[in-house]
Amino acid sequence: MSKLIYLDNAATTAVKPEVFEAMKPYFLEEYANPSSVYSFAQRSARAVEQVRSQIAGMLHAKSNEIYFTAGGSEANNWALKVIAELKREKGKHIITSNIEHHSVLYTCEYLEKQGYEVTYLNVDENGLISLEELKASIRPDTILISIMFANNEIGTIEPIAEIGKIANEHGIVFHTDAVQAFAHIPIDVAAMHIDVLSASAHKFNGPKGVGFLYLKSNIKIQPFIHGGAQERGKRAGTLNVPGIVGMGKAAELAEKEMDTRIKKETEIRDYLIQNIREHIPYVKLNGDEQKRLPNNVNFSFRFIEGESLLLLLDRAGICGSSGSACTSGSLDPSHVLLAIGLPHEIAHGSLRLTLSEENTKEEADYVVEQLQNIIEKLRSISPLYEDFVKGEQENV
Amino acid sequence: MYSEKVMDHFTNPRNVGEIENASGVGTVGNAKCGDIMRIYLDIDEDTKIIKDCKFKTFGCGAAVATSSMATELVIGKTIDQALKVTNKAVTEALDGLPPVKVHCSLLAEEAIHAALWDYAQKHGIVIEGLVEPKKDIHEGEE
Repeated sequence: MSKLIYLDNAATTAVKPEVFEAMKPYFLEEYANPSSVYSFAQRSARAVEQVRSQIAGMLHAKSNEIYFTAGGSEANNWALKVIAELKREKGKHIITSNIEHHSVLYTCEYLEKQGYEVTYLNVDENGLISLEELKASIRPDTILISIMFANNEIGTIEPIAEIGKIANEHGIVFHTDAVQAFAHIPIDVAAMHIDVLSASAHKFNGPKGVGFLYLKSNIKIQPFIHGGAQERGKRAGTLNVPGIVGMGKAAELAEKEMDTRIKKETEIRDYLIQNIREHIPYVKLNGDEQKRLPNNVNFSFRFIEGESLLLLLDRAGICGSSGSACTSGSLDPSHVLLAIGLPHEIAHGSLRLTLSEENTKEEADYVVEQLQNIIEKLRSISPLYEDFVKGEQENV
Repeated sequence: MYSEKVMDHFTNPRNVGEIENASGVGTVGNAKCGDIMRIYLDIDEDTKIIKDCKFKTFGCGAAVATSSMATELVIGKTIDQALKVTNKAVTEALDGLPPVKVHCSLLAEEAIHAALWDYAQKHGIVIEGLVEPKKDIHEGEE
C-alpha cells in the first residue's frame, strides 16, 4: 500500500487548502506591517482584528481578551508566568495535574525554583482529576489552578466547567491548556468560568508557529515580551499576519463543521477501538471511554515495545505515535501513562492513533489488519510473551 | 535515524526463537527501561564451538537488530572468540547506531556473556575473562 495513512493528528494536522489560500495574499500582496500608519497597512491590521473577533466569538469571549502568540507552548508559559507574577502578593501556591503537557509542567518546575509551591493533582486510571482532591488542595495562598482541557496522549476530557466553578468560588485564576480541545469540541469560557486559555493553530488544520492566549479582561498583567506596542503592549513583536489569518480561517471552518466532524471522528474512533479489541488479545484502552476526544485512540499492547511497533507501522504506511521511552529519548515512558497507573512495561507498549475527519472505515480496517500482523510478529520474538505463554501452560 | 543494516536486521531478524535443552541461556535488561534480551546457546561439548544461537527480545528497533546481529556474530565461534564479540563489534557490523541507542548494543554483549555464564555454571567450569553477569531480571508478570 503506497498511500499514507496519517493517524498522528494530535502531533500536527494538515493545513486545509482553504486555509492556505486565505494566507497566500498576506505573504505576496498584503505584506504590510499592521502597525504602520498608511492605509496599505490598515488592510492587514483589519484582517488581524477580524481573526481576533472570530476567535473571541467562538469562545464567548471579547476581542480584547485574545492575544496572538507563536503557539501553544508560548501561551502556556505566558499564562503561568504572568499570573504567578501578578498574584505573588496574594500567595505563591499553584495547583495543576501530573498529566499536563511539558510546557505547563516544566514552567511549574521553573516557578518552584522561584519560590512558588506547586501541588500536582493525581489522576484516576482514566486520567480524570478528582474535584474533591482539588477542593482539598486549595489554600488561602492559592493563586492559580491550571488543568488541561483534554489530554494530548490519552484524550481524556477533564471536568472543566466544574473546575472553573470551584476556582471562581474561591477567587482563584483558572487557566486551561486547550491545545487539543479548541476547535475540536465546544468551549465556552463564560459558562465554564475559564479565566485564561491556551490554543495552537496547527492542531486544527491551521499553520504551525501561531496560537493564542485568551486572558479575561479583568486580569491586568505585565508585558510578557517587551519591546513594542503590539498586542496592547503585552507581547511585542511584529504580528505574524499570514499565520494569524490562517488560524482564523481554520477556526472558522472548524466551527462551521464541528458537529459533523465530531460525529464522523467519533464513529471511526469507536470502530477502531472495537475492532482492535476484537482482533488483538491482551490490549488495554488508555483514557476514559466516554469523556474522550473524538479523534483519540490509545492502546497498550502487552509484551511489546512501542518504537518497534511504530517502525513496522511506518513500513505499512501508517503514522502513529507512542509513549514508549525509546520514542521520547529518555529511559522512562510517558508521564501520562505512568500517572494513570500503567506498569512501566505496559506503558512502553502504547500506541496513540489520532484521527482527522478524512480517515475512513476502510483505512481503519487496513490499520487493524496490519496491527494484528505486527503485534503477532513482535510477540513471537518477545521473551515477555514467551514467559507469559509458559506460565499459562503451567497453570493449565 | 537507523542504518539500512539495522532496519534489515530489525524487520528480518535472524535466529529468532528458542533452543530446547540449550547449553546456556542468558536474559538481561529490564522491562522498566523497555529492553529485555534473551540469548540461547547450543555449544558443542568437544570442540566448545557455538553451533547455534537463538534470541528473543522485547525492545526497540535497535535492541532487536543488535540481538539479531549478535547471534550471527557468535555462531561458529569458540567460547573464547565469542567472548570477544563486544558491543562495539556489534554496532560496527550494523553500520552504527544513533547515540541514544548505543546502550542496546551493550545489552547484546551482556546477553551473550550471561548465556556463557549459565553454560559455565551448568558444566562446573570456569571461563577465563568471564565475570558473573548482573542479576537475571524476573519479568514474569501475571
